[in-house]
Amino acid sequence: MARLTVNGRVEEFEAEPDTPLLWVLREQLGMTGTKFGCGIAQCGACTVHIDGVATRSCVMPVSSIEESQKIVTIEGLSPDGSHPVQKAWLALDVPQCGYCQTGMIMAAASLLDTNPKPSDDDIAAEITNICRCGTYNRVRAAIHMAAGDKAG
Amino acid sequence: MTIAQKFPAVSRRNFLAGASAAVGGLSLGFHIPFADKAFAQGAASPLPPEINAWVVVKPDDTVVIRVARSEMGQGTLTGLAQLVAEELECDWSKVTTEYPSPGDNLKRNRVWGSYSTGGSRGIRDSHDYVRKGGAAAREMLIAAAAAQWGVPAGECSAANSVITHGPSRRTLRFGEVTEAAGKLTPPTDVKLKDPKDWQIAGKPLARLDTADKLTGKQVYGADLKLPGMLNAAVKACPVFGGTVASFDAAAVEKMPGVKKVVKVDDTAVAVVADTWWRAKTALDALPITWNEGPNTGVSSASIAEMLRAGLDADEAFVGNRQGDAKAELAKGAPAGGKIVTASYAFPYQNHATMEPMNATALYTPEKCEVWVPTQNGESSLAVVAEASGLPVNQCEVYKLHLGGGFGRRGNFQDYVRQSVSIAKQMPGTPVKLLWSREEDMLHGNYHPTTQAKLTAALDAQGNVTAMHMRISGQSILATVRPEGMQGGMDPVVFQGLTANLPEGHLGYTVPNLLIDHAMRNPPIPPGFWRGVNLNQNAIYVECFIDEMADAAGIEPLAFRRKLMVNHPKHLAVLEAAAKGIGWDTPPAEGRGRGLAQIMGFGSYVAAAAEVSVTNGELTVHRIVAATDPGHAVNPAQIERQVEGSFVYGLSACLYGECTVKGGRMEQENFDTYEVMRLAQMPAVETVLVPSGGFWGGVGEPTIAVAGPAVLNAVFAATGKRYRSLPLKNHELS
Repeated sequence: MARLTVNGRVEEFEAEPDTPLLWVLREQLGMTGTKFGCGIAQCGACTVHIDGVATRSCVMPVSSIEESQKIVTIEGLSPDGSHPVQKAWLALDVPQCGYCQTGMIMAAASLLDTNPKPSDDDIAAEITNICRCGTYNRVRAAIHMAAGDKAG
Repeated sequence: MTIAQKFPAVSRRNFLAGASAAVGGLSLGFHIPFADKAFAQGAASPLPPEINAWVVVKPDDTVVIRVARSEMGQGTLTGLAQLVAEELECDWSKVTTEYPSPGDNLKRNRVWGSYSTGGSRGIRDSHDYVRKGGAAAREMLIAAAAAQWGVPAGECSAANSVITHGPSRRTLRFGEVTEAAGKLTPPTDVKLKDPKDWQIAGKPLARLDTADKLTGKQVYGADLKLPGMLNAAVKACPVFGGTVASFDAAAVEKMPGVKKVVKVDDTAVAVVADTWWRAKTALDALPITWNEGPNTGVSSASIAEMLRAGLDADEAFVGNRQGDAKAELAKGAPAGGKIVTASYAFPYQNHATMEPMNATALYTPEKCEVWVPTQNGESSLAVVAEASGLPVNQCEVYKLHLGGGFGRRGNFQDYVRQSVSIAKQMPGTPVKLLWSREEDMLHGNYHPTTQAKLTAALDAQGNVTAMHMRISGQSILATVRPEGMQGGMDPVVFQGLTANLPEGHLGYTVPNLLIDHAMRNPPIPPGFWRGVNLNQNAIYVECFIDEMADAAGIEPLAFRRKLMVNHPKHLAVLEAAAKGIGWDTPPAEGRGRGLAQIMGFGSYVAAAAEVSVTNGELTVHRIVAATDPGHAVNPAQIERQVEGSFVYGLSACLYGECTVKGGRMEQENFDTYEVMRLAQMPAVETVLVPSGGFWGGVGEPTIAVAGPAVLNAVFAATGKRYRSLPLKNHELS
């Protein structure tokens, strides 16, 4: 039996120690908001926060995470979609197919936690998630909007 | 805690009926359209009676609009709902949508028409009958209210979900008469609004499907969970045309969670386990021997050589002929003029949808059901019937939102076939098949590879007196839809190049013109890839036009104008893009600008790009894109489609390439199949110039002008032409 702290709750599960966090979240814990895109930390669809740091969970063995570490997934970013990043995303209707967007939102939220007023260059350097529909310009605009929202 | 404890068994009836079933304390929060109807045999439907196939109004005035086409990000769900709501005269804030199932469509004599969602046809092919569906429902609601009041229907009108009797000013809400309306005989003839009177359609309304995509609640096919469901990982022979020789199931059967190792048709092996990760882990450890088949000698080099031979072959299918280009060109350069010639090449591309292919199947000897993100539910249903061996009326498909489609999930239902093949070997157990990214990259239906050679004669004034465009390469239809071939010719090869087809005709008049195709079909499965053949055709024509302009010493816009006098709609979007980029004023030092235009999917599109190349690195600073789709149903969605088109088009132009070695693809994931990321994304300004009178698509055409506008701008900035893609293979300077 292993334990992780996810969205403020201690979760127990059985999984092989080398199972990536992504698959424990999706399969053992039933939280499918965190997506599988590539399995090699290239696309960022699986982004979650571990102790506040945006982390690509598809290559993170669960055995490497302590129970004391705080994991936040898209399901736990806010209780009702009211995080400033989610609100900005809604205001600008950012998603198209939406599959990459939960990872994109988690990456954006982490960026704003460490850099509340990111420049375009900061965003370009930090938001490296892949979107095939082509939402990048709206992602950029929504991050700026959320930055304003947070400051206000 | 075991997985079973975490997901306690619930009856399927209860599980599926709950739109947001709280199971084991977890909100699974998804809705399976028509689940009640499909599963609760004999049970009363909880939905109020429909008014007609397109519209359900609930007593609380909620409007459910049924949408047959699939939502994969392109916004069709919202756009089609706008068209129905416009005619229905309902309150837009009360609108929700649902997918009718393909099985129900068959049972109801295909009342919802085609389910195909490709070719940018979602709206343009169904606007007429979905609007009539909304209009008929409105008339029935009005008739029901009029009957209740005992007044002539002609004295009543509907607006914002309220019916008003004009003379008495009495009102009834839609919800108050919905039950009575549903019992009326539908009108046989309804009048549609003039688009200029639209209040809901034509407006940049917010999408209906955004909120759940921001919280993780949106369930894609890959996220589906059914009671008792197992998970399958699959591996097909990586060499195209290869089959399974043998595998050693005993080597992995004892691994954690593994339930079964199964052969999938002749071509693949799957491991079924309690979780997908365990299935994949066992599959990676499974010893498999392949019969690699006849294609191990095929490589990108051998394919390129095969296509090169086609560039000068005698035999070719003619797609567009005016005058006698060959005879004119045989005469050599006109007096004081010149002959210009250039060859181009476009590689294989993978769709690379963010959500890998998947499908969940449940087979019993009596019934086969599949849950799948699909661009064509009816194609999925047909494959379910074929693969299960059951009559189609004992099969059903439930559509889920797609994590990207781009053409991969339309005609090709290979993953559906596999899922049924696996489920048949485990009757009574639902099995979700999910491909790894590697499987997705190795078993695509790839954007075909072609080459083109263009030769033209310019007279002393820079007029094009003759032009021959020879395309050599792969036909999609020959493999995918042979019934669409015309006497051996694939007409889709000539997208955007035809003389007069409304789907897309060439925007230039050349007195002696020949556009032909030497078909060369390598043994690599081709497919419809967002934009299809318009993509490379636009690169070939628009880059060559630029080369001719340079040879003639005329700036590219003026050179095009001379050829476009008979094509005012093509020219109008080109002028709009040129004006937007500031074509008449020079760019900043070190920057270059390029133009491109084409017509495809029924719409006219153009792009202007501004770029620079510094230390070998290309920067796309700005794009202005102009689109004339005739009628614009949701301008905000069109903007998003146009913006997104540059990600797809420029990913292909700059990075996209699947190379073949030993009869298989070399790229297996995003580390080697690079795509555009935010850092490379240029600013895109969209200029929408809908001229009315026709219905064009918007999801695809702009992709085609992304590449040539940038390539022509690169020439303007550097003086160098790059004629084979992707650009990453060249040292830019």
